[in-house]
Amino acid sequence: MNKIWNESKECMSRDEMSVLQGARLVKVVNYVYHNVEYYRKKMQAKGLEPGDIRGLEDLSKLPYTTKDDLRDTYPFGLFAAPQSEIVRIHASSGTTGKATVVGYTRRDIDTWSECVSRALSMCGVGKNDIVQVAYGYGLFTGGLGAHYGVENTGATVVPMSTGNTKKLITMMKDFGVTGIMCTPSYLLHIAETIIEGGDLDKIKLRTAVCGAEPWTEKMRLQIEEKLHVNCHDIYGLSEIMGPGVACDCEFHKGLHVQEDHFLPEIISPKTFEPVGDGEEGELVFTTLTKEGIPLIRYRTKDLTSIDRTPCECGRTTARISRFKGRSDDMLILRGVNVFPSQIEAALLEMSGTLPHYMIIVDRVSNLDTVEVQVEVEERFFSDEIKELEKLTKKIEGVLKQAIGIAVKVKLIEPKTLDRHEGKSVHVIDKRVFD
Amino acid sequence: MLIKQVSVFLENSAGRLQSALEVIKEENINIVSLSLADSSDYGVLRMIVADAERAKEALKKAGFSAHLTDVMAIKLPHTVGSLQGVVKTISDAGISIEYMYALSTKDENACIVIKPADKEAAMEAIKLLNLDFVTTDEVKAF
Repeated sequence: MNKIWNESKECMSRDEMSVLQGARLVKVVNYVYHNVEYYRKKMQAKGLEPGDIRGLEDLSKLPYTTKDDLRDTYPFGLFAAPQSEIVRIHASSGTTGKATVVGYTRRDIDTWSECVSRALSMCGVGKNDIVQVAYGYGLFTGGLGAHYGVENTGATVVPMSTGNTKKLITMMKDFGVTGIMCTPSYLLHIAETIIEGGDLDKIKLRTAVCGAEPWTEKMRLQIEEKLHVNCHDIYGLSEIMGPGVACDCEFHKGLHVQEDHFLPEIISPKTFEPVGDGEEGELVFTTLTKEGIPLIRYRTKDLTSIDRTPCECGRTTARISRFKGRSDDMLILRGVNVFPSQIEAALLEMSGTLPHYMIIVDRVSNLDTVEVQVEVEERFFSDEIKELEKLTKKIEGVLKQAIGIAVKVKLIEPKTLDRHEGKSVHVIDKRVFD
Repeated sequence: MLIKQVSVFLENSAGRLQSALEVIKEENINIVSLSLADSSDYGVLRMIVADAERAKEALKKAGFSAHLTDVMAIKLPHTVGSLQGVVKTISDAGISIEYMYALSTKDENACIVIKPADKEAAMEAIKLLNLDFVTTDEVKAF
């Protein structure tokens, strides 16, 4: 059985866990009330004072936090720690194109690394491993989050980032790499390149830890079969921390949440009332120990269910099931959060009035592809192909700027896209996740 | 002398050219000449028709993106080097040609449709060659 990184926390009895979570909840509510004006006003609007929250039983009295709250307080409005204590910033896309910004104190980074180490232990990764981190390094939490976790574990990290598959495979062979962390679709792409190149018997890879985009059990098994590795699902979101909030152990019966740091709830996306264990709903997190940007009842929009029964691996932490989808229209493309509204805003800004458009998402050779079809109205039309090509390039440039990933723009005839009454359908997602 | 060309945006899919041509047929407008420029996803249909304005309106009504473009249509004798002479004149004047295609005529002459980058300058240069231009009235009579 794989080593348990922190038995005292990961295997504590449910009662002990509740006591710990309750105490930490009281503390974090006090902390945000006194350090974040936005939260203080939100609580006051509900007639709440810190003293009203005496333990877990009072959790449901607290207001929810959403991505909109982060947007409204852009960039640092929800930070509870002063800038002098913040040692790092990460950011991801928001619904309106404005980034969602998060900040970490030194201790937050340590907590995050601890969580990633727990996850890596679940996956059987230890100090004798050499791990390639092939998430993008930068504002995205994937790269640096995984990186610091591998170092904290004592394993050797190879900071590949994304983009150069050939070099990645060469180093995988030459260094004797045993572990990899990246998006599952990228790993499938890597796997196919390895197999095509006849390199499968030249690699020592035995563990893959994948996340940052929706995927399926079928894909996980496909990766295991193709590369002869153990493949695990790691979950996280920048608002709460980054990768490592939850991960599945070798029994693959749901993802263990690092509950002493992140308090999970499942709520009905319709009534917003908490639902019982095993029932599907929206995942909500309260950060229990975070200092930089502690969030109270943050609605992730991810749909899942929770299981608090002990796991065969010995851990007692609650497990969340593989994600069933999202309760908003956010697309996760190559690990990047994309909202259709960002594309719409960019098209609008470029052209004055909004052209009819359709976003077509597909997965070709295991990589997400995005095509944006734009109707060529009179005002865009030219009798010269080079002008039309210039227009295509211009739109592609504007969209890449707006969402951070490359898209293909296809010009189509006017009035060929469906007009719907009321809310138009602007996205066709052809990817299959089951 | 410039004449009007009808330009239409077409997607690269089966039946699109047919649909556009059907609109012109239904309007009972004669197509004198046409050319198709294509890219991987779409094409531009360029036509010289008997009644450009009416053809454009009909196409727009049918949902196409269509507009009118001024082009030069030059009559050329059927002799070796006559086309080269015209192109040389334009290029010597430092004017680039956006596109060109042939136009069918009933008389002895060949005819070439040209869209130069600078129409005024190209007209001036061509005039020196003593060649005739096809007029809008002639297009109607074809």
